[in-house]
Amino acid sequence: MNESNVLHTGTRGSRIIGILALIGLAWMVVFGLLISPPDEVQGDNVRYLYLHVPAAFLTFTAFGVTAVSSILYLWKRTRSLTWDRIAGCSAEIGVVLTAVTLATGMLWGKLSWGVYWRWDALLTSTALLLVMFIGYLALRGLEASPQVRARRCAIVGIIAFLDVPLIHFSVNWWRTLHQPASIGPRKTTFDGPMLLSFFVSLVAFILVYIWLMMHRNRLAMMEQAMDDHGLQMAIAERHAEVSA
Amino acid sequence: MLRTARLIAAKDLRLELNSRVTAFQVLPFAVLLVVLFAFAFDADAKVLIPAAPGLFWIAVLLSLFLAVGRMFTTETADGALDALRLSSLDPAGIFLGKAVALLLELLLLEVVLLAGVLVLYDVSVPASGVVLLVTTAFATSVGLVATGTLYGVLSAGTTVRETLLPLLIGPVVAPLLIGASRAFEAALGTRRGLDGSVVVKVSEGWPWAGLLTVFALVYVAAGLLAFGALLEDA
Repeated sequence: MNESNVLHTGTRGSRIIGILALIGLAWMVVFGLLISPPDEVQGDNVRYLYLHVPAAFLTFTAFGVTAVSSILYLWKRTRSLTWDRIAGCSAEIGVVLTAVTLATGMLWGKLSWGVYWRWDALLTSTALLLVMFIGYLALRGLEASPQVRARRCAIVGIIAFLDVPLIHFSVNWWRTLHQPASIGPRKTTFDGPMLLSFFVSLVAFILVYIWLMMHRNRLAMMEQAMDDHGLQMAIAERHAEVSA
Repeated sequence: MLRTARLIAAKDLRLELNSRVTAFQVLPFAVLLVVLFAFAFDADAKVLIPAAPGLFWIAVLLSLFLAVGRMFTTETADGALDALRLSSLDPAGIFLGKAVALLLELLLLEVVLLAGVLVLYDVSVPASGVVLLVTTAFATSVGLVATGTLYGVLSAGTTVRETLLPLLIGPVVAPLLIGASRAFEAALGTRRGLDGSVVVKVSEGWPWAGLLTVFALVYVAAGLLAFGALLEDA
């Protein structure tokens, strides 16, 4: 993104992506709720899939982007506050997507399994991932110089992301050792319209993520510009006081 | 690195010997938790005995939050952290030293806490479970103090350390809590069937102890790598 574009609310590219995302979401609603047939086993409950699975996929993508950007910030050759900004923006969107994933997963679980929550590895690690990134955002919100904050957050972001396989593995081991292996969602075979609806929602979610990233990143740049501008104004005022 | 670690560990332990905050505040708090858990569960042996391993580790975890907070309170007062940073000591050595001091405090706390659990919850340690118990306690504590030290320096100097630390450390050490509770369950034989026979045997705890050792090494490695960068910032 060009620095001169910072003060505009959008670019032609972001508007096109925004419109495509809107069309995708509308298409997802029409396909997911009306066109795609109910599943033979799960009936209408299967419609949660079009919301839940893309949100879950984007959750891990968003936190993956945070982890990779954090590594790029810590690596001296690519160190730039741009990576820190991208990491922070992606984590914010990731937290929202995790909440959507958990909420839809719990509702779907209640209808399929009769309970909102099961202590299976995927659910448990997603819930802990949410808490870890809420902590990450809390750390980002603390007063510190941009460099200090970037380094702290990069380390926490990487650790949080890398801890997920450990949590997943230990929960999986725990549940399979002491209790019968948790029953996954019953096998659903996709036919044409269902498969198409799923891919439409996946593409819609990806577009929404990209659109939110562009705008959040722009907002972060504007905040930075405001801070810099405020500092310059204050310096100018002091100079004016001295010369007066 | 080891010389630095020894120096820092000795300094931290001397500070603790002088102030006795862990001994007279954190430790009694941990024992109090064991008593409060019994109140919460109506002092019912049928609930307390199977829950004892988990309650023990929850008490250890809550005490760890306090101990880590305390360790970095003394470190940030009077610009001590700046002095440490300017001392040109090896950051990895500083990390190891602080972790070792914290480890010794935590192990001591666990001994007293375990005694409390054995007496108050009427749990006994079978002879065959002693080695598993000690191995688990050691491996878990190493993982806990490595994470605690890393996040301690990260939140040092911030105004919200007390509230931020548990939020950051808690989820990260969740695998340790799962493994340690399961291994303790096997070592203490607290999970019993309706006829009173032990359901989870000591041998079933060893894979958990192995997993905990791997986790502990991962956390120590992460701490050694990241501590230097964070110390510069704190």
